[in-house]
Amino acid sequence: MNIPRLELRGLTRRFGPVTANQSVDLVVRAGEIHALLGENGAGKSTLVKMVYGVLRPDEGDILWEGEPIAAHDPRAARKLGIGMVFQHFSLFEALTVLENVAMALEAPGPLPALAIRIREVSAAYGLPLEPLSYVHTLSVGERQRIEIVRCLLQSPRLLVMDEPTSVLTPHEADSLFETLRRLAAEGCSILYISHKLDEIRALCEAATVLRGGRVVAHCDPRQESAAGLARMMMGAELERPIRPATAARSSLRLVLDGLDLPGGLNGVDLRRVSLDVYAGEIVGIAGIAGNGQTELFAAISGEALAPSANDVLIDNTSCGHLGAAARRRLGLCGVPEERNGHGAVPGFSLTDNALLTGYQRAGLARGGIIRGAATQAFAARVITEFGVRCGGPGAAAATLSGGNLQKFIVGREVLQNPGVFVVAQPTWGVDAGAAALIHQALLALAASGAAVLVISQDLDELFALCNRLAVLNGGALSRPLPIETLSVEAIGLLMGGAQTQAQASEQAHAA
Amino acid sequence: MRLKVEPRSTGVPAMNALVPPLAVVATILASGVVFAVLGYPAGRTLFAFFVAPLVSLNGWAELALKAGPLAMIAVGLAAGFRAGIWNIGAEGQLIMGAVAAGGVALGFPDSQGFWVLPLVCLAGLAGGMAWGAVPALLRIRLGVNEILTSLMLTYVATLLLSYLVFGPWKDPDGYSLPQSRMFSDAATLTPILARTRLTSGTLVEFLVPVALWAVLRYALVGFKIRTAGLAPAAAGYAGFVQSRVVWTVFLTASGLAGLAGAFEVLGPIGQLIPQITPGYGFTAIIVAFLGRLHPLGIIPAALLVALSYIGGDTAQVSSGLPKGAAGVVQGLLLFFPLAADFLVRNRVRVVR
Repeated sequence: MNIPRLELRGLTRRFGPVTANQSVDLVVRAGEIHALLGENGAGKSTLVKMVYGVLRPDEGDILWEGEPIAAHDPRAARKLGIGMVFQHFSLFEALTVLENVAMALEAPGPLPALAIRIREVSAAYGLPLEPLSYVHTLSVGERQRIEIVRCLLQSPRLLVMDEPTSVLTPHEADSLFETLRRLAAEGCSILYISHKLDEIRALCEAATVLRGGRVVAHCDPRQESAAGLARMMMGAELERPIRPATAARSSLRLVLDGLDLPGGLNGVDLRRVSLDVYAGEIVGIAGIAGNGQTELFAAISGEALAPSANDVLIDNTSCGHLGAAARRRLGLCGVPEERNGHGAVPGFSLTDNALLTGYQRAGLARGGIIRGAATQAFAARVITEFGVRCGGPGAAAATLSGGNLQKFIVGREVLQNPGVFVVAQPTWGVDAGAAALIHQALLALAASGAAVLVISQDLDELFALCNRLAVLNGGALSRPLPIETLSVEAIGLLMGGAQTQAQASEQAHAA
Repeated sequence: MRLKVEPRSTGVPAMNALVPPLAVVATILASGVVFAVLGYPAGRTLFAFFVAPLVSLNGWAELALKAGPLAMIAVGLAAGFRAGIWNIGAEGQLIMGAVAAGGVALGFPDSQGFWVLPLVCLAGLAGGMAWGAVPALLRIRLGVNEILTSLMLTYVATLLLSYLVFGPWKDPDGYSLPQSRMFSDAATLTPILARTRLTSGTLVEFLVPVALWAVLRYALVGFKIRTAGLAPAAAGYAGFVQSRVVWTVFLTASGLAGLAGAFEVLGPIGQLIPQITPGYGFTAIIVAFLGRLHPLGIIPAALLVALSYIGGDTAQVSSGLPKGAAGVVQGLLLFFPLAADFLVRNRVRVVR
C-alpha cells in the first residue's frame, strides 16, 4: 500500500505564452479522496486533462502505481482504470440510458445483460437509475448518475470528478458523497475537483491547492478552516460582500403577475410566475439549471413576449407585449447566463460589444447612425471602472477570459443606469476576484435605488446578496421569503421539488 | 499518414492584403499552363483572354456593363449572407424587376414625360422587392427555408417572362417573334458615352456598393445585420428584431436585383425578350464570396469575373479556344482566392 495509485512529478503544460501548469507534484493514494482545489483559471482542468490523457504534458512524468506512463490517451487511461466524470455531460438526449452507456464501453456485450449490470451497479452504490428511460426525460442529477455508472462499470481504480455538485441540489449532493465514500472504502481513489470549501472539508482527506498553475499547498482539509483554504486558494483574504439591511419598501419597480409562458419544443413552461421586486432590494431566484431559468430571463428581458401586456410591469408600465429594445428604454438592463453569443458577440471588439446594448440608454447611436467615438469612449469607461483586463476597446471579446468578459458585460449594463436589473448566473465560471467585484456592483446598484433580480444556482452567492429568495422548480416559482427566515435546508427541499403550502393552495384555487 | 487542418493561432494581416493579387497571378500562370497543355500558344491566348478585351474604350465599357449588375446584386446578397440569410433567388428577382419595369414602360408607349424613366426604374425596384418578399414572408411566418423558396421562385419568374413575351405582351408587328414592343424613348436609358452601350444605369450600379458600404459601416442597421448573422441570441438580447432584419436584407437584395433587371431591359436591350440575363443573379453569389462579402471587395471581384466572361468570348473568337477551356479559367479564378484564403486562416500538417 505504499506505492501511490497516481503520482504526478513536475508536470508542466504551456499554451503558447501561457503556462497553465508549472511543475505540479501530486500524490493520490489508494482509496483516498483527494481534493484538487483552486479558483477558476488556476489550472485544475488542464491538470486532470493530462491525467486522463486528453492533453500531453510538456515536461514531467505521470506515474501509475509506480510505473511511468509513456504514450497516454483517454483509451489507455480507461484501460488502466481511470474514469472521469466531466462537468459537462456527453450524453445523447434522444437515446436511453442503456444505449448511452453501451456506446461508451469498449465491449458492451448484449444489451439485456448490460441492463442487468447497470441495475446491479446502480443498486449497489445507491445511484437509482432506470436503464430504459430516455435521457431527455431525466434531471441533471440523474444524468450525472449515468456518467458515474458508466465509469463504475469499467471498475475504475481512480475516479476523477470535475465540480460534480455544481449541478446538484444539496440533498442530491449528500447522496453523491455517500456513494463516493463507499467507493473509496472499496479502494477506489477519487480525485475531486471543486472550489466549494465546505464540501471539500466534509469529504476529502487530502488536498492539493493550485494557484496560477502552481501547487501552493498540500494539506489535510479536515485540519484547515474554510477561511484558511480560501486564503491558500486566492493568496488573499476573500472580501465578503456586505449586504445592507433590508431596504425600506419604497416603490415597486418590477412585477410579474401570474405569467404563463409555454417554453416551446425544448424549453420549460413557466407556470403562473408572480414576483414583485422593490427599489433598493435584491431578490434571488434559486434552483437547478433547466427548471425555467433561461425562460424566466427571456420573459423579463423581452426576448420572449408575454401573452398579455399586464403580465410584466416595469415601473408601473405594462410591458408584457413589448420587445427587448422597448423594455430597455423603460429602464431594464440585464446579463444573461451565457456570455459567448448571448451577452456578447465573441467575434466583435469590445467597442462593438458596448454598442450591442448601449445604443439606446448610453446614447451610442443617434438617428440610426453609430457614434463611433462615443462608443469607444463608453467601452473604455467600462474597462477602467470594472477593471477589465484586456488589450483595450479594440480587443475581440473572444480574447478575454471568462471572468474579464463577465466584468465587461456587467459593467456595460450597470453603467447604463438601469432601474431594473436582472442577472442570470452572475459569477458562473468566474474567478473569485471578479466574482467579488460583480457582487459589489450588484449591491451598489441596489443601494442606488434599482430593483435587482439575481437568478443563480449558487446558494452561497444568493444568501450573501439577497434580501428575499424564491425557488424556481419545474417552471413554477415559490413565494419569495425574507432571507432571515430561510435555511439552506428549506431552500434545498424546494429545489428538489417540495412545494410550499401557500403555493399548493394557490394552484388549487387557480385550477 | 494523413493530413490535418488546424486553424492558425495568429493572424497574418500582411498576407490578407497580399492574397487577392497573388491569387490573380496564380490564376494567370495556371491558365497559361492549361492553354499550353491543350496546344494553344500560351502567351497569345492569355493576351486574348486577359488583355485584348481592355485595349479599347469600348472594351472597358463592355466590361463595366457586365460588371455593374454583378456588383450591385452581389452587395445586396452579401448583406444577407452576413446576416445568415440565404437569398439565392436574385436571378428571379432580377427578371421580375425587368418584367415590372418593362410592363410600366409598355403602358406609356407615347408619353414623353421626364417622369417616365424614374417611374419605370421604381417599378423595377418594386418588382424585385415583391418577388423577394415572398420567401421573406414564408420564412418569417412559417419558418420555410429561404434557400428553397427563393431558388424555386426563379423558375417561376423565368416562365412568367416567357408567358408574357410569347403571349399577351408579344409585339403584334414583330413577325411572331417572342419579344415585346420596343420601349419608348422616354422609358429608355440612352448611352452616356459615344460609341459605347454604357448608360447612367451602369454608374448607379457602381455607386450603390459604395453607398451600401457606408450604410453598413456607419448606420446601426448594418451593425444589426452583422450581429444577427454572427450571434442571433445576442441580437435578440440587444433588441434587434430578427424578422425586421430578414425583411431589411431581403428587400434590399431583391430590390437591387430588380433594379439591375430594369437597367438591363431599359438600357442595352430596349424591350422584353425571353433571355434578359446571362445568369447575373447566380454569378453574383460567386462575386459576393469572391469579394469576401465586403462591398468594396465586391467591385473588383465583379470586374474580375466580368473580365473572365468577356475574355472567354474573345479568346474563343480570336484563338479558337474551346468554351470548356474558358470555363476552366473561370473555375481557376474562384479556386485560387478561396484556397489562398483558407491557407491564410489554416495550417495543413502531415500527421503520421
